[in-house]
Amino acid sequence: MKTVIALLLMMVPALAAPVADTFSNPATEARARNLQRQLRCLVCQGESIDESGSPFADDVRHLVRQQIAAGQSDRQIEDFLVARYGDFILMKPPLQPDTWLLWLAPFVVLAAGGTVAWFTVKKAARRSACKITSL
Amino acid sequence: VTGELGQLALCFALALSLVMAVSGLKGTRPQDLTARKIASGAAMGLFVFVALAFGALTYAFVTSDFSIIDVANNSHTLKPLIYKISGVWANHEGSMLLWVLVLSIYAALVAGLQRGGERLTSGALGVQGLLAAAFILFIIFTSNPFLRLDPAPFEGAGLNPLLQDPGLAMHPPMLYAGYVGLSASFSYAAAALLVGEAGWTRAARPFMLIAWIALTCGIALGSWWAYYELGWGGFWFWDPVENASLMPWLIATALLHSALATEKSGAFRTWTLLLAIAGFSMSLIGTFLVRSGVLSSVHAFASDPTRGFFIMVLIALAIGGALALFAWRAPTLQGGAAFDVQSRETMLLLNNVFLVAACACVFVGTLYPLVLDAINGTKISVGPPYFALTFAPIFFALLLLVPLGPQLNWKRGDLKAAWRSLYPALGLAGIAALTVLALVSPRSVAATGAFAVAGWLIGASILDIRKRKCARASAFAAALAHAGLGISLMGVAGTTLWRSEALTVLAPGQTMTVGPYTLRFDGVTRERGPNYIADRGHIAVMNGGRVSTTMLPEHRFYPAEGADMNDTAIHTTGFRDLYLALGDDRGGGRFALRAYVSPLAPLIWLGGLVMALGGFLSLWGRLRVKETEPVTPAPAAALAAE
Repeated sequence: MKTVIALLLMMVPALAAPVADTFSNPATEARARNLQRQLRCLVCQGESIDESGSPFADDVRHLVRQQIAAGQSDRQIEDFLVARYGDFILMKPPLQPDTWLLWLAPFVVLAAGGTVAWFTVKKAARRSACKITSL
Repeated sequence: VTGELGQLALCFALALSLVMAVSGLKGTRPQDLTARKIASGAAMGLFVFVALAFGALTYAFVTSDFSIIDVANNSHTLKPLIYKISGVWANHEGSMLLWVLVLSIYAALVAGLQRGGERLTSGALGVQGLLAAAFILFIIFTSNPFLRLDPAPFEGAGLNPLLQDPGLAMHPPMLYAGYVGLSASFSYAAAALLVGEAGWTRAARPFMLIAWIALTCGIALGSWWAYYELGWGGFWFWDPVENASLMPWLIATALLHSALATEKSGAFRTWTLLLAIAGFSMSLIGTFLVRSGVLSSVHAFASDPTRGFFIMVLIALAIGGALALFAWRAPTLQGGAAFDVQSRETMLLLNNVFLVAACACVFVGTLYPLVLDAINGTKISVGPPYFALTFAPIFFALLLLVPLGPQLNWKRGDLKAAWRSLYPALGLAGIAALTVLALVSPRSVAATGAFAVAGWLIGASILDIRKRKCARASAFAAALAHAGLGISLMGVAGTTLWRSEALTVLAPGQTMTVGPYTLRFDGVTRERGPNYIADRGHIAVMNGGRVSTTMLPEHRFYPAEGADMNDTAIHTTGFRDLYLALGDDRGGGRFALRAYVSPLAPLIWLGGLVMALGGFLSLWGRLRVKETEPVTPAPAAALAAE
């Protein structure tokens, strides 16, 4: 993995043509920033491409802007980066068979908890009603 | 010889913890008064010897005794005194010793306060003894802080500059007070299962509160530190180490609410026991995540597989043992409370459902990438977007329900009446939403929703406080804690949704604008700190051609550690932060400057403080009335008998 990253690090600057640091169109700039926030800096610890000051993040930022300027969609840019760096670069894990559990687990717990709570309350309410009638 | 003394003290502590474990568990038998006395004495002795060991290590750090490996690796003669002291727990070995020190303090408190019945207290001490013994063994065999180094180096390797900060010096002790505080509830719950005593929640309540307050403060402090120290203006990164502290907090919050229902009306008795076990389990898992090195994140400075394995076995034994005890004994407990659908019990149960689901979300999000990587080598990132789609809606739903709880009576409430009495809070929510819609552009659904809910929470708290105006201070605890949630929510919404930022390279004399501010860069001076060299930027905040204040962000270099660090400058009005970080030297006196304007940022931590204050009020009330109110048998037993 490390060697792959190192190799890519060497490749990226060669690919990068000069691109403006910021887009003059605020909507495009916002789009670039948003996309940068969705990407993980692979050589940092828990930082996104948007926040990191590392050379790697610099290069990917450049790449993102270059692709946006070339008219690629967000989806195409993400796919391009995933093809190079793997799913690890996406801050938002993809929805695929081996991540179904990840995405569903919180809501399964919520639903299961809700069901148990529903029956608990019903039972308690029945007891409460019995108590009133027996008084 | 301090190192050897510390080592010796630790061995005595191990012996005492074993005595405490055996005699404490023996003392759960009705007639065994002697064993109970021995357990209490051993708890006090344990505290004294662990404190001695900790004192010895602290002494070694303060006097820079580099013949001790731990000191040589983590300290430096030029470090300011406060960071020599905090260096004790800023490394793996010392932090585990701090862990045990906090555990022994709680054990001594359990023995000293003697809350609850004699047998219950004895059982709790026994379990605390087992935990202490396990962790002292862990320290002695895998993480001994007193190991010697020969020959001793002339100078230490220093401490990661990120950790040389007053906030982070206080952060671990605070967080550990919370993590380990949950061990007291855990021990009481296990003891309650052993002796079949129902009144344990009352005995353990102060410990639950202390743990919750400490966790709340610890998390707030950690997030504040990340905010001003890491230099990106963010306050929460969903980093696994942050998550490790959030999970116990969520469960502890659920436990506080559930235990209240158990105590007041005998409801959810087995569930509360399970939560007490789960709370400390989360602490253990958090310790494992941080200490085993399975994560690589900013905070994980330990990595050694034998340690990870040892902690894993320890966790399996503690959690497995407790759950086995639960499965064996819980069915024998009298259960089955009676309450209406419209009652405070129902609301507390809903609170628990949402909090547990929120915790499940953090749990899965933190551990899933590790498990997936271990199973099939797939590497995925679970970052902020995941939590925004799972944790946020679940927690938001919880916040919507919070105001209803305190308005409903125990056993039999009236939802319609509760709803009607909350009309003023609803009004405040509407005003907050309309204000945001009217004043802030561009309009945002998220911001409007967040402020409406904040208004709803704070309004309901005000109503609750008005309703109880003549009551004891502790009656306001819940209202304050809930209002704190609303205050934090405003801070979170303001900072995330309305932040403006600018990154510019400036030559001296040039200006930049960010949000409503105009900043003039007045150049950089070279400063010398006790153990670092800094480039100090001088930035004038302009107000209509006049300098209203000067801000001094620094870029520091620590030669001993060979590391760079940002020291941000923050100018706050209380409602808005102007945040500056000095970037790289671009040559010719030009520097990169990062500036953020974070509206309402201080409210995030103010809310945390208000929550903690609510906890304090409750704790104060508890400790004051301890002697005057007799332990009332929970009414559920009587109901079940009918």
